[in-house]
Amino acid sequence: MPILVIAEHDNAKLASSTAHAVGAASKLGGDCHVLVAGHNAQAAAQAAAQLAGVAKVLVADAPHLASPTAENLAATALSLLPGNYSHVLVAATNYGKNVAPRIAAKLDVAQVSDVTGIESADTFVRPIYAGNAFATVQSKDPVKVLTVRTTAFDSAAAGGNAPIENVTAAADTGLSKVTGQELTKSERPELAGARIVISGGRGLGSGENFKMLEALADKLKAAIGASRAAVDAGYVPNDYQVGQTGKIVAPDLYIAIGISGAIQHLAGMKDSKVIVAINKDPEAPIFQIADYGLVGDLFELVPQLTAELG
Amino acid sequence: MKILVPIKRVVDYNVKVRVKADGSGVDTANVKMSMNPFDEIAVEEAVRLKEKGVVTEIVAVSCGVAACQETLRTALALGADRAILVETDADLQPLAVAKLLRALVTEEKPDIVILGKQAIDDDANQTGQMLAALLDWPQATFASKVDIANGTATVKREVDGGLETVEVKLPAVVTTDLRLNEPRYATLPNIMKAKKKPLTTTNPATLNVDVTPRLATLKVTEPAKRKGGGRVADVKELVAKLRNEAKVIP
Repeated sequence: MPILVIAEHDNAKLASSTAHAVGAASKLGGDCHVLVAGHNAQAAAQAAAQLAGVAKVLVADAPHLASPTAENLAATALSLLPGNYSHVLVAATNYGKNVAPRIAAKLDVAQVSDVTGIESADTFVRPIYAGNAFATVQSKDPVKVLTVRTTAFDSAAAGGNAPIENVTAAADTGLSKVTGQELTKSERPELAGARIVISGGRGLGSGENFKMLEALADKLKAAIGASRAAVDAGYVPNDYQVGQTGKIVAPDLYIAIGISGAIQHLAGMKDSKVIVAINKDPEAPIFQIADYGLVGDLFELVPQLTAELG
Repeated sequence: MKILVPIKRVVDYNVKVRVKADGSGVDTANVKMSMNPFDEIAVEEAVRLKEKGVVTEIVAVSCGVAACQETLRTALALGADRAILVETDADLQPLAVAKLLRALVTEEKPDIVILGKQAIDDDANQTGQMLAALLDWPQATFASKVDIANGTATVKREVDGGLETVEVKLPAVVTTDLRLNEPRYATLPNIMKAKKKPLTTTNPATLNVDVTPRLATLKVTEPAKRKGGGRVADVKELVAKLRNEAKVIP
């Protein structure tokens, strides 16, 4: 039976997380169908059709799916599912985490969260306790509903040319509606998919001081993240948070500045390829996982680093 | 208006858990247990809604072993009016908990259920969404602001790129994110008062819910150890290493 991947998109663009979910689906074998539920989402559907390994793109178009609620997205996915698919995959972003359990419960099956490894069609590896342990779990349910950690699976390559089919959107459930969005505007790469991430912590001392990281981020074309302490202190918006309950990142280079390294923060970044830590406290736990630790005053070192990168 | 607040007893967030030598799970014997931090936020939100006069009764609920009574007493000390424990020694997975909660919702008929977005032990982030699905109620997950008026909850939600506002018709399920509020501490007089508040106990059989786990845990392992601890003396050395050794910058 084929696998259904639920695409994350804003109609105009397919989110990079979807390519990772398709990459994870390829580990399961079987045809991969991508559901693009949206409104006037031809561009997103085209992008999905071009991913290698996609056998078919299913487009459900309706005005109430323009910015779909979990209720409406689940309803449309459920109209396709019964008996037709062995697995449902969606990226473990807030978008995916919102909808996947709703689908699983309606099917009366378990949902496996934040999958980092696929051992077989029914056996999956996932982190528990903020990544301090990994559980290998087996599902005997007829349909496996998974959210997959994007950093654990390579994104599907370009080069596909899948057919695009229209499917019927389920009627508006009328249970909820989206009435507003305040999206963080940034010219920088998206945090979850960036090649280089620079994160600041409480050590920055203020939102004003966070601007110091911007100059460095500009030089490195990096995304900017933050520890929970920095977000709690109001230095930066909530969606900057990297950690157990925030965003999970695994860039080639992660630079932690003024971050002590609570386990909840490490859970969100310790799979980064190279970790740099800059902190004035030589005993800070972040140094235990850093490849390159630099002890000193960040207010001197960060401008020096920015200058050195010329 | 009545509010139901499901809470979970979990290993305290300051404890670094150890994987058992036989790979059967993590060692939770003699480890400090606390209320799941996201559920503390849910209790706080319920208490604030009561203080604002929106809510008249707060019912705290927990599912699990007898010791969950302590966690429920904490909720009572924070301001819940009464508590219900669904007592079982079974390994409860999110779908089973959602079904137990559905059974309690059917009995209690709350106007709103508010709970943490995830528990910090299994990190599943499923129960609220599953409960909403089973009840056919709307869901407002990852809430950072909740306003209730005229039978509607207006919830600011944390989404991947920022914030989104949703309007859900009550009854509804709301799950809390970190920035919804800052929970208060229980005061000693309130802890004493909580001991006299009603706490009733039921169980899965009485609620007619099958809690058999759907996922079998085959093994639990330690994460791969990261070899860290490297130091550089100054910025020049750092940049040189990043360029020539790690080759992550041009």
